[in-house]
Parts: sequence; structure tokens; C-alpha cells
Amino acid sequence: MLIDLANFTPGLSLVGGFIIGASAAVLLLFNGRIAGISGIFGGLLSLPRKDMAWRLTFLAGLVGAPVIASLLGKPAIADIQASWGEILAAGFLVGLGTRYASGCTSGHGVCGISRGSIRSLVATLTFMVAGFLTVFVQRHLIGG
Amino acid sequence: MTAMTALLAGLLFGIGLMVSGMANPAKVLGFLDLAGTWDPSLAFVMAGAIAIGSLAFLIAKHRKRSFLGLPVQLPASTTVTLRLVLGSAAFGVGWGLAGFCPGPALVALGAGYPKAIGFVAAMVAGMLVFEVAERAKSSMQRA
Repeated sequence: MLIDLANFTPGLSLVGGFIIGASAAVLLLFNGRIAGISGIFGGLLSLPRKDMAWRLTFLAGLVGAPVIASLLGKPAIADIQASWGEILAAGFLVGLGTRYASGCTSGHGVCGISRGSIRSLVATLTFMVAGFLTVFVQRHLIGG
Repeated sequence: MTAMTALLAGLLFGIGLMVSGMANPAKVLGFLDLAGTWDPSLAFVMAGAIAIGSLAFLIAKHRKRSFLGLPVQLPASTTVTLRLVLGSAAFGVGWGLAGFCPGPALVALGAGYPKAIGFVAAMVAGMLVFEVAERAKSSMQRA
């Protein structure tokens, strides 16, 4: 295995992780809720509509963060290599899959593992292995 | 007040994703590409987030109510189900195809990337299929 030293950012990634953990701590300790993005977002589409206010303000903060960063001269960089077809298929699978799984990288990967949930550990291992295999097939078997 | 703390949490989440590099799908795919030149950064994001997160859950475990007096709502389910595994597998395939999971996709949407907007639109479609299927299932159970 070769390590991509040119792009490896252990310090910034650890600090970013601390900030994400702080976000989860604020939502848990003040609002009593789990910071799971698919659940917070998906809850907007679920009936009956309940506790919409905190979901909307949380998502406004999440979507607004890059707007503020851009105003401060630090725009968020997203290098999106996937084709439009891949993007649409991927979005659909992520939406459907995270709702059936009751969580994504944040709800299971960060919060669930933080509270020692076996379900979340299984979910996290499953989506990571599926992600590894998908990239392997796409980059090394098909893409080559 | 609860809307303000949620706004703060959302802002922090977005800042954390940008600082960590996870708002960039190319970097996420660099982590998922074990057979290529591997970028282990995402593991550091998870480690940092879980370090702070576990402290918060340690405090929350002993409380029924939040600092603002709201009930602390933790998931009740403890069983590993087929639905959990298949859902997570479908999510992982989508994650590997685009390099986006829900949080980073919403950050990139805020940054104005057209493909992020397309991804989120497709994600909403996937979530709506789930809602419709769940409603059909519960109405069949009632009948």
C-alpha cells in the first residue's frame, strides 16, 4: 500500500474532526438530539411534520458555512470527478440507503460509535467496506 | 434558543467538514481507494470527532434532559437487522461512486457546485422513495 503523502493532512483533518465532534456535543447537550445529517435532513420529508425549527436552523448552518467561508475569502473546494450519471445514481443510493439504515457517516460513524452502539459499528463497517469495494471496482477493474 | 444552538451546531459541522477536507469528494475517494495511493486523512477526522463525541455522550448518559431542558433522545433500537446492513451497503456504494455522503454534499451545495445540487436532488428522491414505501407498508399492516 502506498500512502498519498502529497494530499495527507493529519493535522487539519484531526482539528476538523474535533470541530465536528464539538458540533455533535452542542446538539446533544443543548438540544438532546443526535447530529446525524441524513436523519435531520430526512426528517423534513417525513410525515407528520414535527420539530421542524431546529432541523431547518441546523441545516441552514451547514449549508451557510461555505457561504460565510467564501465571503471570508476561503471558499470550500469540492473537486467532483464523478459524471452526472454517477452523481444522480449515487445521490439516490445515498438517500435511500441512509434512511433504511437510519443513519450515515455522522449519525452512525461519529455519534453511534461515540456512544458505543453495536448497530452503528456494524453500519459503519458495512458502508466503509461497500465504499472501498465500489472504488476498487470503478478505478481498478473497470477504469483501470 | 433551541433553534440558535442547532444553528451553531450546523455551522460548526460545516466548518469541521471544510477544515478536515471532507467537503471535497476527491479527498474522500482518496481515502476509499485502498489499492491506489491511499490518503488516510479521513481516519483522523473520525478519530477527532469520536474523541470529542464520546465525551459528550458520557455526559449525556447520566441526564434525562439537555441543558435547555429538552428530553435527551437516543436511538432505542439495539438489534442488527437486515435492513440496517442492506441500507448501509447501498449507502456505501453511492458514497464510493461520488465521494459524497449527506453532510459534505450539503456543504458543496452551499458552495454552489451544480453537481452537488444534482446529488442532493437525487438524495431527496431516494429518501422520498423510502417514505412512500414505509407509508405503504404501514397502511398494509393496518388493513
